[in-house]
Formats: sequence, structure tokens, C-alpha cells
Amino acid sequence: MRIQVKLFAFFRKGRFIKEDRELPEGSTAGEVVDSLDIDREEVGVLMCNSRHCGFDTILQDGDIYAIFPVIGGG
Amino acid sequence: MADKIFRVNMTDLSTSLEDVPADWAGHGGRGLTSTIIAAEVPPACHPLGPNNKLVFAPGLLSGTAASNSGRISAGAKSPLTGTIKESNSGGTSAQRLAKMGCKALIIEGQPKDDVWYSLSLTPEGVTINTEDELIGKGNFAVVEGVEKRCSDKIGILSIGQAGEMQMSAANISVKDPDSHVRSLGRGGLGAVMGSKKIKFIALDAGDAKVDIADPDAFRAANRAFTKALVDHPVSQALGTYGSNVLVNIINEAGGLPTKNFSAGQFEGHEQISGETMHDIIVERGGKPKHGCHSGCVIQCSQIYNDLKGNYKTSGMEYESIWAMGADCTVDNLDQIAEMDHILDDIGIDTIETAVAFGVAMEGGVLPFGDSDEMIRIMSEEIAKGTALGRIIGNGAGSVGRTYGVTRVPVVKNQAIPAYDPRAIKGIGITYATSTQGADHTMGYTIATEILGVGGSADPLSKEGQIELSRNLQIATAAIDSTGMCLFVAFAALDDETCLPALIDMINARFGISLNAADVTNLGISILKTEHAFNQAAGFTNLDDRLPEFFETEPVPPHNAVWDFSGEEIDSFWNF
Ligand code: SF4
Repeated sequence: MRIQVKLFAFFRKGRFIKEDRELPEGSTAGEVVDSLDIDREEVGVLMCNSRHCGFDTILQDGDIYAIFPVIGGG
Repeated sequence: MADKIFRVNMTDLSTSLEDVPADWAGHGGRGLTSTIIAAEVPPACHPLGPNNKLVFAPGLLSGTAASNSGRISAGAKSPLTGTIKESNSGGTSAQRLAKMGCKALIIEGQPKDDVWYSLSLTPEGVTINTEDELIGKGNFAVVEGVEKRCSDKIGILSIGQAGEMQMSAANISVKDPDSHVRSLGRGGLGAVMGSKKIKFIALDAGDAKVDIADPDAFRAANRAFTKALVDHPVSQALGTYGSNVLVNIINEAGGLPTKNFSAGQFEGHEQISGETMHDIIVERGGKPKHGCHSGCVIQCSQIYNDLKGNYKTSGMEYESIWAMGADCTVDNLDQIAEMDHILDDIGIDTIETAVAFGVAMEGGVLPFGDSDEMIRIMSEEIAKGTALGRIIGNGAGSVGRTYGVTRVPVVKNQAIPAYDPRAIKGIGITYATSTQGADHTMGYTIATEILGVGGSADPLSKEGQIELSRNLQIATAAIDSTGMCLFVAFAALDDETCLPALIDMINARFGISLNAADVTNLGISILKTEHAFNQAAGFTNLDDRLPEFFETEPVPPHNAVWDFSGEEIDSFWNF
């Protein structure tokens, strides 16, 4: 299956802004984080199709998956 | 030397130094401005008449070495909302006021003639001078002119043309350490200062220092507090990308109000994002990290240079960039920086003004995305006070009424900022119930709903949102009294050493023994004082509502509507 991965803030450094990935069926959000060499501890927010999700969320074909470090503002 | 109340009467041009009444002693910042307004201003008065008062107060910890404690509060009855108002800002004024022993500056009355004045504050008191030369000038010329006359060490509070013309969106500028300006932005307090005929206030503390009751305990507490701030990852992101780091995440969540609140995602989000801004700043030799006052260890502000590498603006916040950007569908940061600079100079709230532009675009006054025309209207119409300039300068509500627009994002006539309440519901409760009209800073539920700080809440569900907003509004009222920048809240929500260290510092400063419950009670009593003022001014529960279009127009991508009942919203006040 094919998903789109988007990275933000520090996570873009040495990686990418947006990339399509081919993944085996049943892949989880956490596995994508690991495959990018991102420390799970540094992850602030995960979103799948604009909804918050967790490391154990199972991704589906066509999902848009966004990974943010801990950020804030206001 | 005990702190004093500095009082200025602009009707008879008299000044006095007064002892601090016992029941004001425990207050600072917002708690003090709201307590004074509630005690001394008739709630039904005209905000621009002689019976309104303008109060400035440094926070409880301002002027000390406490990290991030340099925020100043200004309060009055707001000409924009008709409610009580507190607006706070960084810059150097809070520290100057605290050091000179000024617990609060109260400006009352109104001159009968058409003469402009300035005030000059020193530890000895206030003098009133007539002012001629700087009238009609923007804030940057005022800062330059006053520094030339006095010294660049002084603090300056000033109004630009918008304040002189008493526009409801006019703000009060606060000089920052680099002689640029920050803003007491929301609610039209610049118009109140203009109605008192005061162009600027010069603050010269000399070598005066704040007394600390227990210096050792204070130092220890400040060390712990500073560590909690510096260590928190949100602080680190703020220092790199500024608060504008939010554009992309709020857009991703579908809550970035776009094209006058008709969509929740903006195609040009990447061009105006914190990530892009950071790269532009570095490329042009600006500073991505900059403090709005000395002692800030987070440094969310920045120095933004133009294409040639010359200074353009500083302190661009997410909300300003969103308002001029996504809400008006402008995707060019240089144009936004130019507008930010112009609005700072005119002295008018970036959020209110840009949201007013969004409504004007909806009403056909100018096309969406036309930033050249926005810039022209700002410099040629608002700054000069033409009819169109005044319609926009009086805010989003004014534009909506003038041009027959129904999609007007305001609560209590104050523009809704950068988070769509249909897609992020908790913040809608804050907009609806805040004592000051729509204002995200009053109870920043975004931390929990979107950013996962201080727990989590589903932004598209109503569940738990009223309680979340209530708890945050109470905590915020207390933090706004300390002189602390609200961005300390991220560490305070997550790191259990942070809040106790903050309370220890207040105790060491004054030789008292507050505990966490006292601080919560302080927040509760501030909210109740403000709410009671508004009720006496004629506001009812029916004013605690969002505009109708939020209930009837689903916002993409989630196609969510605002679905809290009036009864549910009213339960906010059950405490
Ligand atoms: S974090 Fe930002 S707003 Fe807060 S004190 Fe520092 S520069 Fe000012």
C-alpha cells in the first residue's frame, strides 16, 4: 500500500518535507516513525488524515500521515 | 521603599502618589488592572469618555531577575467590546515601572481642550507635559523622537495615528530592548489612551531596584523555574520557529481559518509557515531567536529582514501571520512582514485589522489575496483616517455591519483569532465565555486539544471541553497577574517543578506564603470580578455565544459545525 508521510519542524532536517512511501499491509504509525530514525520520545503529535492518532494506529492505503515534534505557541 | 499607586487626572492635570490599599497589595498585572477597573470605573460609562480609566500594572514578579517576568498589563473598559479588558505585552516597560516602585499607573478624566500631552514617570512621580512635535506620527518616529530627547535607556508606551483617531482596534505600543515595539494589542486600549489625549508615556527608573524579601530563596526558586522553562521541548521549538510553528500543525488539523473562515486549510500554508520563516530569516542574516524583554529564556520573537538584508520587523506572531495570511489568502511572508511593520507603526491590532480585511474581502471591498491593496489601504486610508480607513480600523464587526456581511467572526465584537472553533471546539468555549471577547490567550485549550501538552482532548468532540477551558481560564488569570509570559504555561502544564518554583519566587519577593490553592483562588476571583463588571455593563449569557454561521456552515475538511447548546455554554460559569 501507498501512504504519504509529512514531517515538520526539526524532523525535516536531513530528511524531507513530504514523501510517498510503499509499505506492507498492516504497518503501524510507530513503525514509520522508527523507520525514519526518529526517537519516539521526541514525537509530540501524530496525525492520520488530519485526526490525531497513536503509534499503534494501523495505516491504510492512501492515508496522509503527519509527524510533529513537541511544539507549541499561541 | 514601598510601592505606590501613581495617579494622573487629565481633567484638571493633577498627579498624586498614593499608598497601595491593603486589598490591592496581593495583586499585580491583570489581577490588579481588573480590580482597579471594577472598583473605580462605572460599568455603563462610555469607553472613550471621562469616566473610563486606563490602568497600567507590572506583574508581581516584574522588575526582578525572574525569567520571563517582564510582561506589562493594561486595563480599561474596552471601546471594541464594551467589556472589561486586560491586554498584556512584553517590552521594557513592566521592568521600568516595577523598579520605580509603581504598583499601578491610573490615568483618569479627560482634557476639555484640544491639546495633546505626554507623561513622564520617575521614582519621584509623574509630570504632565504638552506635546506637539510627535502628534500625527507613527510609533517608530515617537520612539526615536523620545529617545533623542531623553535617553535610549527609558521605557516608552505610545500610540500611533490609530490611537489618536480613537479607532476601536488601536493598540498601545511598548518599546522593546532594541527600540522596536511590542503591542498591548487587543481591545482598543490605544483608543482609550487617545481619548485621554496622551501620545506617549516615558518611564525613567534611574538606578532604582526592586526589593526582594528573601534574596537567597528567590535565587534558588528562579534557578529551578528557569531550568523547567529551558528544558521543555516546546520552549526549544519556540526559540527556533517562533509561535508561527503553529501554521502547519493547525492547518494539518483542519482548524486554520482560511478565506474569512470559509475553510479550515490553506493551500499556501507552507509559504507562511514557521519552518519557511526560519529559513528566510537565517538566509537574510536576521535572528530566528530574540527576546521581547531582557530575562526571557524562551525567546520566541525574531528579527525579520527584507530581501536586501535590512531590518523589516520583529516579533511576528502566529496569530498575526495567520490573520494577514490564511484569513486573507495571502501566501507571501515578505508582504506579511511589510504589513506587520505598517500596523505596528500606525499602532493597530494586527489580528483585529487583518480579520477586518478578511470581512472586507468577503464584502467585495478588495479581492481576496490582494496584499498590495491591503498595504495601500493601511498606509493611505487607515493611517490617514479616511472613511474606509476608519471602518476597517474599527474592527471586523464594523466592516461586517457597513458592508452587509453575515460571516463576521467576532465574539463580543472582538475578532476570533487563528483557530476555527468548529474544528477545535474547546477554544470555542474560551471565545464564547472569555470576559474579554474572543481571545485565544484567555484559556489556551489548543495546548491540550492539538499539541498534546497537559493531557489530550479530541478537538472535534465536545467532551470535557468546558471544564478544560474553565481550568485554563482560571490558571491564565493567575499567570497574567505574575508578569510571566504565557508561554511559561507549557512547562507549567508538564513539569511539576515549574509552578511550585513560580510560587516560591512570589513568596520570596514579598515575604509571604502563598500555596497552589491560593493561586487558583486568585484566578477564580479575577474571573468573577471581570464577569461581574461585564454583567453590570449590560452583558448577559446570550452574549456568550459564537456567531450563527458557525452553527450553519460546516467547515472543511472535517465538515464540522459548532454544536454546543446555549445551556452547555452557560455551565462554564458554574464555579
Ligand atoms: S517567550 Fe516570546 S513573548 Fe514570551 S517573553 Fe519571550 S520573547 Fe516575549
